[in-house]
Amino acid sequence: MALLSIRGLKVHFQTELGVNQAVDGVSLDVEPGRTLGIVGESGCGKSVTALSVMRLVPCPPGRIVSGEILWNDRDVLKLPEKELPEFRGREVAMIFQDPMTSLNPVFTIERLMCEVIVRRFGVGKVEARKRALAALTTVGIPDPETRLGSYPHELSGGMKQRILIAMALLCEPKLLIADEPTTALDVTIQKQILHLMKDLQQKNKMALLLITHDIGVIAETCDDVAVMYAGRVVECASVHALFSHNRHPYTRGLFNSVPKRGLSKETPLPSIEGSVPSLLNPPKGCRFAPRCFRRQDRCTVDDPQLLPVADKHTVACHFPLEDPA
Amino acid sequence: MSAPLLDVRNVLKRYPVRGGVFGRTRGEVHAVEDVSFTLAKGETLGLVGESGCGKSTLGRTIIRLEEANSGGVNFDGEDLLALSRKELFERRRHLQMIFQDPYSSLNPRMTLGEIVREPLAIHRIGNRKQQLEEVTMLLEKVGMKPEMIDRYPHEFSGGQRQRIGIARALALRPRLVIADEPMSALDVSVQAQVLNLMVSLQRELDLTYLFISHDLTVVEYISDTIAVMYLGRIVETGPKRAVFDAPAHPYTRALIDAAPVRDPRLRGASHPIRGETPSPINPPPGCAFHPRCPFAIDRCKEAIPPLEAHDSPGHRVACIRREEIAGELKRPAVVSASP
Ligand SMILES: Nc1ncnc2c1ncn2[C@@H]1O[C@H](COP(=O)(O)OP(=O)(O)OP(=O)(O)O)[C@@H](O)[C@H]1O
Ligand code: SF4
Ligand SMILES: [Mg+2]
Repeated sequence: MALLSIRGLKVHFQTELGVNQAVDGVSLDVEPGRTLGIVGESGCGKSVTALSVMRLVPCPPGRIVSGEILWNDRDVLKLPEKELPEFRGREVAMIFQDPMTSLNPVFTIERLMCEVIVRRFGVGKVEARKRALAALTTVGIPDPETRLGSYPHELSGGMKQRILIAMALLCEPKLLIADEPTTALDVTIQKQILHLMKDLQQKNKMALLLITHDIGVIAETCDDVAVMYAGRVVECASVHALFSHNRHPYTRGLFNSVPKRGLSKETPLPSIEGSVPSLLNPPKGCRFAPRCFRRQDRCTVDDPQLLPVADKHTVACHFPLEDPA
Repeated sequence: MSAPLLDVRNVLKRYPVRGGVFGRTRGEVHAVEDVSFTLAKGETLGLVGESGCGKSTLGRTIIRLEEANSGGVNFDGEDLLALSRKELFERRRHLQMIFQDPYSSLNPRMTLGEIVREPLAIHRIGNRKQQLEEVTMLLEKVGMKPEMIDRYPHEFSGGQRQRIGIARALALRPRLVIADEPMSALDVSVQAQVLNLMVSLQRELDLTYLFISHDLTVVEYISDTIAVMYLGRIVETGPKRAVFDAPAHPYTRALIDAAPVRDPRLRGASHPIRGETPSPINPPPGCAFHPRCPFAIDRCKEAIPPLEAHDSPGHRVACIRREEIAGELKRPAVVSASP
C-alpha cells in the first residue's frame, strides 16, 4: 500500500490577473522506502504539490480546491492544526531548494539544532548538544564541534544543505520531501549531497520524494517518476520504463531536448516548439496541445485522463506514442 | 594554421578584499591566474568550471568590463588591453556579450524594437529607416515575429527574452560573441531551441563563440575546444573529444563523473570526490586541486603545475602525475540509452 497517496489535488492561487490554476488534478503515490521523483519545468506545480503535503501552501492567496492527500488512511488536508507540528517532523520532513534562506541567519547552528531537539524530544541542553553533534557527523560535516558555533552565512551552500538534511532527519521521518535540494549547488557538491541522501534513506528505511527539473538527477536517484506539465501529471512510471519507453509526447520531447553525451552541434537537437502556457488561462483539453506534434481535434476539447498503458505505467494522452523502435 | 582570432596570454585578475574598520586590504581574490588560450575564427571554445572558478571574470576581462592586472588579449592582431577607451568603443562592435539572465539584462522600459536597435543607434550605423530594417531582419533570424516590435520585455517568456538578447548582441555583426551561461535561466524544453539557434547563427554569420557554462552537457554539444578552469586557472584544455573521452586532469574526470548520467542503468558508476572548492583568497599551494584529488602526492603541494602538452595535438594538462594516472582515469565511454 502506498505510504502517501495524492488524489485529484487542485490548488489555485488568486492573483491580480485572475486565478492561477497552479495544480489542477494531480494524483500520485509514494511507496514506503522508495524514491519518487517529480520532474517538470519551472512553474509546473512541483513545489505547490509538495507544500500541499506539508500543509504549507499560503492560503490566501492559495486555495485547496479539491482532492485528498492520504497518509495512514487519514486525509492530511483535514488534519487539525494542532496535529500539524507532530506530522511535519515525525511523519514527513521537507528540505528546500535554497539552503541560503532556510536557516535563520541570526542564530548559531547549535542554537538552531538544539531548539528543534529540545522541543521534539524534551531532553536537556547537554543531551541536545550531544545529539546535534551526532547528527552533524552522520551527514559528513568535518569538525562538527567547531561548526556548531558557526552562523549560517559562514558556511558554504553544500554545508548548509547537509545541515538542513541533518535537521530534517532528527525525528526520523518516514518520508523526506526534497524540493530541488541540489539546484543551487555545484555539480561535484550535488553528487555528494545526492549520495548522502540515498545513503541515509537506506539506513533509515525512509521514503523520498525528490523534486527536480534535471532528468539526470532523476536517472541517478529515483525508483519511480511522475512527469508534470502545467499543473498536471502527464506520465508516471518506473524510472527504467520512463527512460526506455516513455509514451507521452511531452516526456519524449523533454528527454530528447537535452543533448546526449557524445552528440555535437552538427546534429540539431529535437526541440519542443513554443513555451509553457500561462496557468491563468490554460489551454482547453490537453494543456500540452498547443505544442504537441501529435495533436488532433479531440485534444483541444477533452481533458486526457491519467490511464494505465502498462503495469505501473500511466499516461495522460489521447494518442500516446508507441514504444520507440 | 592561420592566426587565431583571439589570443589570450597570461591574463591575471585579482580583486582586493577589504575589511575591518579602516577598510584595509586583507588579501586578494585570485579570480583569474595566468590564463592563456587561443580561439580560431568560426570555432567555439567552451569554458567550464564550477561557481567562483573565474570563468565569468575571464570573459568580462577579455572585453574589458573588468580591467586585467596584467596579460594580453590579442584580438585580430591588436592588443585589446592596450587600447584607449575611445579605441575600445570602436572595437566593441566586433565583440559582444550574451548574458545569463534574460530577465535582468534587458531594459524593462524599452520596447523590443528599441532594445535591438539601440546598439546600432549608439554606433551611428545607418539611418533610422535602415536601422529599423536591420532590426526586422535580426528578429526574423532569431525566430521572433516583427509584429512584436512594440512590446516590452515583461511580455515575453524567458526563451523569447534570450532570443532578444541574442538579436541585440548580433545587431553590430560582431565577430566574437562571449556567451556567459546563456542557457542557465531557461527551461529545459526551451534550452534546445536557443542552442539550435546559436548554432545556426554561428554557421550563417561565421561567428566565433566563447561559451561559458557550468553545464557539461551543453558545452559538449556546442563546443569545438574545451578549457576547464579550477580556482582561476585552466587545468585542462584541448579538442572536445580529447577532453571528454580521455580527460587527463583528475578534476576534469571528477567534473564529468559528477554530471548526472541520463541512464538509470548506469547509476552509481562513480563516487563523488571529497571536499569543497577552497577559497580563492588563499588558494592551496602547488596544485590548487590537491586537497580534493584522489591522486595527490606530496610533490603536488610544492609548485603550481604548468599546462603541458599531453597525448593528442592541442591537448594540454596541468598535472604532474598525468602520465602515471592516465590508466586510472580511463573509464568506458558512457552511452546514453534514453530514447
Ligand atoms: N504564493 C503564491 N502565490 C501566487 N501564485 C503562486 C504562489 N506559489 C506558487 N504560485 C504559482 O503556482 C504555479 C506553480 O508554482 P510552483 O512553485 O509549484 O512551480 P514549480 O514546478 O515548483 O517551479 P520551479 O521549478 O520554478 O520551482 C506557478 O504559476 C506559480 O507562479
Ligand atoms: S492528448 Fe493530444 S495534444 Fe495532448 S499530448 Fe496527447 S496527442 Fe498531444
Ligand atoms: Mg519549485
